[in-house]
Amino acid sequence: MGPDVIVVGGGNAALAAAITARRAGADVLLLERAPLHMRGGNTRHTRDIRFAHDVPLPAAPGAYLVEEFFEDLIRVTGGATNRELAELTLRESMTLPAWMEAQGILWQRALTGTLHLSRTNLFFLGGGKQLVNAYYDTAARLGVRIRYDASVVALSNGGAHAGGTARDGGGTRVGGVVLDSGERIACRAVVAAAGGFEADVAWLKEYWGDAADNFVIRGTPHNTGLVLRALYALGAKPVGDPREFHATACDARAPRFDGGIVTRIDAIPFGIVVNARGERFYDEGEELWPKRYAIWGKLIAQQPQQTAFVMYDAKVHGRFIPSAFPALRAGSAGELAALMGLDASAVTATVAAYNAAIVSGGTFDPSALDDCATRGLTPPKSHWALPLDTPPFYGYAMRTGITFTYLGVEVTAGACVVSEGGTPFENLYAAGECMAGNILSRGYLAGFGLTIGTVFGRIAGKEAARHARS
Amino acid sequence: MLDPDAVAEAERQFSVCNACRYCEGFCAVFPAAEARTAFAGGDIAYLANLCHDCRMCFDACPFTPPHEYAVNIPQLLAAARTQTYERYGWPRAFARLLRVPAAGTASIAALALVVLVGAAVASGGTAAFFAPHAGPGAFYRVFSFAALVSGALLLTAFGLLAIAMGAVAFARDIGLPKFSAPAFARATHEAFALVYLRGGGAGCYDERRGSSSRRLMHGFVFWGFLAAFASTTAAGIEQDVLGILPPFPLLSVPVVLGVVGGVAILAGAAGLIVLKSRSDPAPQSTRMIVLDYTFLAVLALVALSGLLLLALRSTAAMGSLLGIHLALLVALYLTAPYGKFVHFVYRYLSLVKHAQEARTSQSASNGGSHP
Ligand SMILES: Cc1cc2nc3c(=O)[nH]c(=O)nc-3n(C[C@H](O)[C@H](O)[C@H](O)COP(=O)(O)OP(=O)(O)OC[C@H]3O[C@@H](n4cnc5c(N)ncnc54)[C@H](O)[C@@H]3O)c2cc1C
Ligand code: HEM
Ligand code: SF4
Ligand code: SF4
Repeated sequence: MGPDVIVVGGGNAALAAAITARRAGADVLLLERAPLHMRGGNTRHTRDIRFAHDVPLPAAPGAYLVEEFFEDLIRVTGGATNRELAELTLRESMTLPAWMEAQGILWQRALTGTLHLSRTNLFFLGGGKQLVNAYYDTAARLGVRIRYDASVVALSNGGAHAGGTARDGGGTRVGGVVLDSGERIACRAVVAAAGGFEADVAWLKEYWGDAADNFVIRGTPHNTGLVLRALYALGAKPVGDPREFHATACDARAPRFDGGIVTRIDAIPFGIVVNARGERFYDEGEELWPKRYAIWGKLIAQQPQQTAFVMYDAKVHGRFIPSAFPALRAGSAGELAALMGLDASAVTATVAAYNAAIVSGGTFDPSALDDCATRGLTPPKSHWALPLDTPPFYGYAMRTGITFTYLGVEVTAGACVVSEGGTPFENLYAAGECMAGNILSRGYLAGFGLTIGTVFGRIAGKEAARHARS
Repeated sequence: MLDPDAVAEAERQFSVCNACRYCEGFCAVFPAAEARTAFAGGDIAYLANLCHDCRMCFDACPFTPPHEYAVNIPQLLAAARTQTYERYGWPRAFARLLRVPAAGTASIAALALVVLVGAAVASGGTAAFFAPHAGPGAFYRVFSFAALVSGALLLTAFGLLAIAMGAVAFARDIGLPKFSAPAFARATHEAFALVYLRGGGAGCYDERRGSSSRRLMHGFVFWGFLAAFASTTAAGIEQDVLGILPPFPLLSVPVVLGVVGGVAILAGAAGLIVLKSRSDPAPQSTRMIVLDYTFLAVLALVALSGLLLLALRSTAAMGSLLGIHLALLVALYLTAPYGKFVHFVYRYLSLVKHAQEARTSQSASNGGSHP
């Protein structure tokens, strides 16, 4: 006899589901595609989780009310969210810290290192892999069975499988899973929590063409959307724009997959960005960096060869977090351009035009929308415009680095996957990135991926266990 | 100065860490690294001795081998620590002799045993060496009083001088600023409490999972050693100031302190050996492991021979046991400035520097939280 509940995936959402289902008394089997040393998907690369709270916590000062959280969500998505699910997520997020602590998660204390505690986000000690390790330890201790190197390639139709009765017509029940080895495992309920499809470059090419060859995938190579395909094959209803992804500016030397947080380029508001022609193409100082951080991946994707180059000078060197790879360094803007493989005269002209357009007398302040700006320049640099005039000059070549895709499956408030026909499946649930598009169909709030995954992982685990044991 | 290749590799790995910073809550190493954009040999010596080898940052790192970034901070820093012991050891030639620590230490002990027993037999004869002795001054009927006392004083003086020379060179290289009382107070607290084996709350390695057992076991060895040291000092005072000759009665200060210390060292060393042997080899440095096991073995053997000597001091085995105990002590003292023993000196100085830095440092902000 198979387990009560199969959880497909091995990241945050899968672990939240497996732990909750096991605590509710179900016999749980977790199938993780990655080998042990790479377990945990993109969750391995995370740092913090967003949550609402109305009283200050030791690791999160002040208050962040559900209402404010909701306004933030509406702002970044432009209102494109499923209100019911969004409100549920934000309400439930208030219970996350206590729940996470009970599973062995520790918070990073204030006054260590450079971390400024945030009002809206909790930073877990040691980052995502430490979080994943703690969840796996807890799951194993509770008796969740865990298999690594177990890639699910299909979901079997419950009507056609042992123990399954196709009640509402074929396809509204899942019978079990099929692994890439051909092994079939039957169960009473399935939780799909296997992330997005960002690591399938061929799939990205369907929308982006050959440009996708120049993208780097910041997270795990295992999120190739096999389970999304399996869900659609079973009749699940897609949600989210398949063209959309969250992407940032990454160091061009980043590995193709799994380079993580350390390749991100934070230099942009401190300098200027040119494309392969040596021309500026967007206002580098449009808004405070966290708010504009995530538009640059897309902007770079639209440039020739999907590359761009950021340049800054000695005045601001050391004022932002560097990349893991050393910045290129040269005595003049032209030499730096040559190092970056650009036309030195074009870049020198761009720098001269930019320097000449800076309004004098501004006071540089990276923590606020300061009054250092250009006048009469297209595109302008609206803030933090300092002349590039103090050698050495530094630069990074940048590429588009995809964080995650938005495509998923529609779910109910009970995390049940909804079929094309609009009826929920009886025993099929989804959590995490593969359903986050219901709530976040574009834009991003830092730490919100884990919020959605933990909230819906817990709901899916609870509902799957309830169903399996009833 | 450390080996330039090791410094370059450390700089490469810390560039990944400085872009990441996920481990900054575990210990003092990451905040200290973040305050630097370039790393010289002295910086690495400092960071290496600031690391308490709890290995949490290995478990928590998504970039450990086989990832192409190949980040392995505990291994890197343990290897650098073995280099600090060798480079700052004084005189250098002695430090080099101990490149093969286990064999080197064993040879010194064996040599010391031959000399001690040879001298005892030569002066008192074989029969006296293997006969039971009792009453005050029993020990000195086997080994000459003058030779023992002057030998002990010479060894101690040499050990202190060698350690002091190493400490001065190390302090200069890491750039220890002027004396500041609060920094010393903080470092002293952090050293005694082994704050950074707490892993920022996550604990230290123990079959991979964070726990406090290593801190506890180190405490046994540490306090045990201090008790044993106090016992020797008390013995010296009784003998040289009060004129009471050993062996001392069971309920005397030197014997009680010696027994408590000996048992604590044995228990702690055994615990540390077990913890180490069960731990994941991936974040370890082979050279450091050899140094660790050698030191643990010598400490445990000194403690064991001391306890046996106490138990069997009125039997015919006394001469042999005393010879073995003394030979092991000679090995412990002679290797101290170049082996694992010296860790506490470099560690303490690193903690002092960190305490001073923490009072003044201010590094780039991480710009809020974005993925
Ligand atoms: C560099 C980086 C930093 C980030 N930082 C943050 C942050 O600080 N806070 C935040 O909230 N979000 C952050 N995110 C986004 C966050 O990673 C995701 O929102 C979240 O981890 C998604 O969790 P998940 O469980 O849905 O997916 P994942 O954690 O990606 O897990 C998917 C799992 O499914 C497995 N899998 C895939 N296919 C199969 C298959 N066919 N069969 C079996 N298993 C399969 C994978 O191996 C993996 O274990 C970051 C992302 C990146 C790339
Ligand atoms: C300033 C005081 C001290 C500090 C800060 C200190 C700190 C540490 C730390 C952090 C370790 C683990 C990392 C490593 O292996 O290098 C360690 C190991 C060790 N220490 Fe100390 N120590 C101190 C004094 C002592 C003393 C006095 C002794 C006993 C003579 C001692 C015995 C040991 C032993 C045996 C180990 C090896 C443990 C192992 O890893 O298995 N320490 N010490
Ligand atoms: S050890 Fe790994 S996880 Fe920790 S700071 Fe360095 S790179 Fe980041
Ligand atoms: S092993 Fe422990 S003490 Fe050493 S750097 Fe890593 S976390 Fe810090």
